[in-house]
Amino acid sequence: MIRTEELLLNVGPQHPSTHGVFRLIVKLDGEIITEVQPVIGYLHRGTEKLAESLNYTQIIPYTDRMDYVSAMTNNYVFVHAVETLMQIEVPERAEFLRLIVMELQRIASHLVWWGTYLLDIGALSPFLFAFSDRERILELFNELCGARLTYNYMRVGGVKWDAPEGWIDKVKRFVKDMRLRLDEYHNLVTGNEIFISRVKGIGQYDAETAIQYGLSGANLRCTGVKWDLRKDEPYSLYSRFEFDVVTGQNGDCYDRYLCRVGEIEQSLRILEQALEQFPESGPTMGKVPRVIRPPAGEVYVRIESPRGEIGCHLVSKGKAEPFRVKFRRPSFVNLQILPKLLVGQNISDLVAILGGVDIVLGEVDC
Amino acid sequence: MDPAKLMEQPITWSSAGVYTLMAIGLLLVVIVFVTYAIYFERKVIGWMQFRKGPNRTGPLGLLQTVADVAKLLLKEDTIPAKADRGLFIMAPVLAFVPSFTVLAVIPYTQNLPFADLNVGFLYYVALSGVTTIAIIIGAWSSNNKLALLGGMRSAAQMISYEVPLVISVVGTVMMAGSLNLRDIVEAQAGYFWNWNFLPQIVGFAVFIVAAISELNRTPFDLPEAESELVSGYHVEYSGFRFAFFMLAEYVYVWAIASLTTLLFLGGWHPPFPQLSFIPGIVWFLLKFAFVVFCLFWIRATFPRMRVDQLMGMAWKVLLPLSILNIFITAVLIELGIGG
Repeated sequence: MIRTEELLLNVGPQHPSTHGVFRLIVKLDGEIITEVQPVIGYLHRGTEKLAESLNYTQIIPYTDRMDYVSAMTNNYVFVHAVETLMQIEVPERAEFLRLIVMELQRIASHLVWWGTYLLDIGALSPFLFAFSDRERILELFNELCGARLTYNYMRVGGVKWDAPEGWIDKVKRFVKDMRLRLDEYHNLVTGNEIFISRVKGIGQYDAETAIQYGLSGANLRCTGVKWDLRKDEPYSLYSRFEFDVVTGQNGDCYDRYLCRVGEIEQSLRILEQALEQFPESGPTMGKVPRVIRPPAGEVYVRIESPRGEIGCHLVSKGKAEPFRVKFRRPSFVNLQILPKLLVGQNISDLVAILGGVDIVLGEVDC
Repeated sequence: MDPAKLMEQPITWSSAGVYTLMAIGLLLVVIVFVTYAIYFERKVIGWMQFRKGPNRTGPLGLLQTVADVAKLLLKEDTIPAKADRGLFIMAPVLAFVPSFTVLAVIPYTQNLPFADLNVGFLYYVALSGVTTIAIIIGAWSSNNKLALLGGMRSAAQMISYEVPLVISVVGTVMMAGSLNLRDIVEAQAGYFWNWNFLPQIVGFAVFIVAAISELNRTPFDLPEAESELVSGYHVEYSGFRFAFFMLAEYVYVWAIASLTTLLFLGGWHPPFPQLSFIPGIVWFLLKFAFVVFCLFWIRATFPRMRVDQLMGMAWKVLLPLSILNIFITAVLIELGIGG
């Protein structure tokens, strides 16, 4: 008899496919995974604790750094929480700008995911294609607020900067081009035999499991559950626009892929409508006191980020600094199902499944 | 001196000297090829990805690979403390030597083979298998888990794909009635529809897939699998030892591209006999460059397969197809249609 042993393999924290500093201690039998132990916390910065000693405007740049691939939605969830607690009215033009940047951000974020996911699976080119399109979005953001990644764009009561002249036309042009590019993406990847064989039936779970684990976003919708906060609990101006909630059926990596690519298309639809209805002029800041002191009380708001349901629980004691801020980060919650999905799979599927969850480590560790 | 005639004479000091000089000449040509194949690959893939590729070192970036090699030469040569030193040092050399020796049997034109071997193709297959052993040795001696996984994958993959690779060529061999690569090319003389890629279309398809797998290139680059195994079997290698693995990889690109040209694309024959005033070497190089380009093109397009799917494809799809191909070829030859 040959004596065989299990191989203990350390994947990460420095590994090309863990998308940051995420570590997995994997036990392998041949190439089959028998046990997984995820280790997180390498990027923990104590954002929530830091927030307790900062005033409300100072906290906004910290939210940029949580999910750095989708900073605009993080900005929004925080200012939205403060506005809800203080009952501040946001001017329409500002709200339109917020919605436009959030949808652009969703496209940018899904493009990053699309590119890196295919890179994980071994295809080089989609990564560069996706990043060249994302670059255009970053350029638009750069024109708007002078930053490409950590925007610090939204403020309690509105947005910091109005759209420069011609900006809306540029976004319109981008939306038009992006539709064509999306067709090319489908041609290159979606029907590819190797790609389908790599992702179809991989990392499968049903709707019940997904709900038990508290998954949200495309990770939930891929099982067929129609749950999108933009539709189910409309915030901002989403109730004014027509769009579909993209769902899958099988709950595997392929359906997650289709959900995310489908969401890019829906975001383009929202953008087209929003750009048409964009108000010609108007203020971009509402009536906000010089020092923001929300009344004592607490509030929980949640919105749909590209990764799922991002929530902000804010407790105020009527001071200029919050008493407690808690972020519900979708990446962190979605990651919890990973060990369950990995056991019994091939080591090659590890990257396919991990990539399919779409985590951003800045958000997992916060 | 005509090399073909030299071969028939008994070995003397002077003929041994000529052999050595020719071998060094070929080695230099190979190294120049590898240098510019890497440059070409980066440029081609760059264009396909809307990038410029290397364009800073030297005119048009032509010296980029030279600079890269110089960097590898100057790098500190590290050997992991727990590695098996002897084997670790031996593996890169063992990987490169067979890749260079297989070039001996490749006839570039009618008059330019280095060794006119009767079993040319078998020689190629036998020697290229040695590189697999070198890869396993390198992986095992590194004492690294990721390298070990890469090495094991490589062994499984090479063994599986060598079988359809050889069998897919049997049809071609049957049509030519010889294992000698020169005879196989001569049997394809005439118009381009006489080239084997049309009459042997199944064999050609199987050969291309198996060949890419033998080269460990995308979509079959599992032994390296950057995103899974970091970089597989050569993860612990640095400096010039690493360069030797790379060199071997690209010399095999040369070898496989030459072999494809010879076995299926008519070697040095022009597509129309009327064009035979253009020297054979030009035709050979054109076809050769096209095959190399296709290899790079595939790399820019496809994702990677999974290891079990890869094995399944070799044994369940490619092998039956290539055996079927032999059968059909045999029947057709017997009926007097082909061959």
